[in-house]
Amino acid sequence: MNVIEVVELSKKFKRLVAVDKVSFKVKEGEIFGFLGPNGAGKTTTINILCTLLKPTSGQAFVNGFDVVRQQNRVRRQIGLVFQDPSLDEKLSGIQNLNFHAMIYNVPVSVRKQRIEQMLRMVELWDRRNSFVETYSGGMKRRLELARGLLHRPKVLFLDEPTLGLDPQTRNRIWEYIIEMCRQEGTTIFLTTHYMDEAEKAGRIAIIDNGKIVAIDTPRKLKRIIGQDIISVKTENNAKATEEIRLRFQIEARDDGGGLTFNVDNGEEFLPEFIKGLGTKILSVNLRRPSLDDVFLKLTGREIRDEESKDYKSIAHHSGMRRH
Amino acid sequence: MNHLRGIYTIWYRDILRFWHDKMRMVGSIVVPLIFLFIFGSGLSSSMGFGNSGIDYTQFIFPGIIGMTVLMNSFMSGVSVVWDREFGFLKEVLVAPVSRTSVAIGKTLGSTTIAMLQGFLIILFAPIIGVSFSVSTLLAIIPLMLLLAISMSSMGILLATRIKSMQAFQVIIQMLMFPMIFLSGVFFPVEGLPVWMNVLVKINPATYAIAPIRQVMLGTTADSSLGVTVLGHTMSLWDNVAVVVVFGIVMTVLSMWSFNHQD
Repeated sequence: MNVIEVVELSKKFKRLVAVDKVSFKVKEGEIFGFLGPNGAGKTTTINILCTLLKPTSGQAFVNGFDVVRQQNRVRRQIGLVFQDPSLDEKLSGIQNLNFHAMIYNVPVSVRKQRIEQMLRMVELWDRRNSFVETYSGGMKRRLELARGLLHRPKVLFLDEPTLGLDPQTRNRIWEYIIEMCRQEGTTIFLTTHYMDEAEKAGRIAIIDNGKIVAIDTPRKLKRIIGQDIISVKTENNAKATEEIRLRFQIEARDDGGGLTFNVDNGEEFLPEFIKGLGTKILSVNLRRPSLDDVFLKLTGREIRDEESKDYKSIAHHSGMRRH
Repeated sequence: MNHLRGIYTIWYRDILRFWHDKMRMVGSIVVPLIFLFIFGSGLSSSMGFGNSGIDYTQFIFPGIIGMTVLMNSFMSGVSVVWDREFGFLKEVLVAPVSRTSVAIGKTLGSTTIAMLQGFLIILFAPIIGVSFSVSTLLAIIPLMLLLAISMSSMGILLATRIKSMQAFQVIIQMLMFPMIFLSGVFFPVEGLPVWMNVLVKINPATYAIAPIRQVMLGTTADSSLGVTVLGHTMSLWDNVAVVVVFGIVMTVLSMWSFNHQD
């Protein structure tokens, strides 16, 4: 059964087309990733799905309910963790959850027990009576996760759930997400521009300039690239390019610092390549295709190029990916 | 049922926040008290009201109660802008309750808080020598309530249209202080220069302050402390009618506006 169905959905802001005739389906219980650079239309799509924005055209259904005509029905089916915090900092952790339970009409008989269960799951039970303003960024995120699941939604929307958090906290958050998803059987709709996070999804839609350019499992998407990727730095890149073309019949791309090219069987090719190249090699790197490469291939640019404000975490992210 | 639950939840949170914020509880009555005691004491000797037996402090006391209610209910808008700034408004807007319920809950929340602040000021009555019966007090409550609901709605209406905290603060100052100073809190509204008379008479707060004073001090509508509009002496009920109409318009507009914000 499809928990989310989106048909030819578009959203225009004055002249800007933020979402352009997007269609996709999300199955019950799956982790569905929405991957794209900042400004690609990820948040706009989420905002339409959770009834915060009205689409310009097209339709969207959550658990069979129309997001425009059956807003209250849709709202009861969904939980949300927004990109930016949305907690009441002047209330305690438990008061925030209590507010949520009240407004979502979680039955009084199970309210206390649900809140305790959720707070224990995200390990905030001991801090339940502290004001949220005293929480760290990671704790706030965890509280929001607990809140998002408190009313047992069919779908949990996670809009960049770990943006701006340090790597350790990001890993912890993901442990909770996967644990909760397993325990509650919740469908997860995730947006991210972290490639390693997208890998956790069962299926990924790659969105660029408001359009979906590919939609599939991470494994199948990486097959688009197929070949292994070799990056090499030499004393004279221009000369090396020429040499690679002549000796191996391969067209290498110069990406500024070094040369990159694709081969079928990197492990066997590499020794031969190092022996055969006349130009002196400074460094060489072999890797399997990543979603980054898929994105580059499909859109012609790197997902990380789009990002500037979050420089530190990118640096870390690319570091993690390479070893 | 769904509506009531939504209204109650929104109201409950505002009260909870207020309860946590002891500084705000004290802070929001400090300004009115400063006016009451400094202006009251400073001007009592030079301002007299003939042989009415009312001194200046007693004259402004009902006005100060109205001012307290007005200021605190107007501030409801701030909490909406604040919630937007801190992201909490999103949590409210995606919840399965109607926007109308949210707007009503907000209005009632700040109305309750404004009423509490008003009562705190009333506690100072014995100190400044104003005495009134329980029935007088019971008659003042609905008048305060009317003012509080109207001004809360107006605050929320503004908050749905003005999105930034800075801009909202500026607008509040630009609207709130003229509304207070030109409403007869500090001086009788008759015999004023023409331009000021016009401003006072188009100020809805004028018609909220006058009946509170009439009831509390037991003056009559046609005394020098009453309000006349275009030669017509406004009775207690005339004044109330003006505020009711203003309140209904503000409430309807604020709900409409809350439903049509993105």
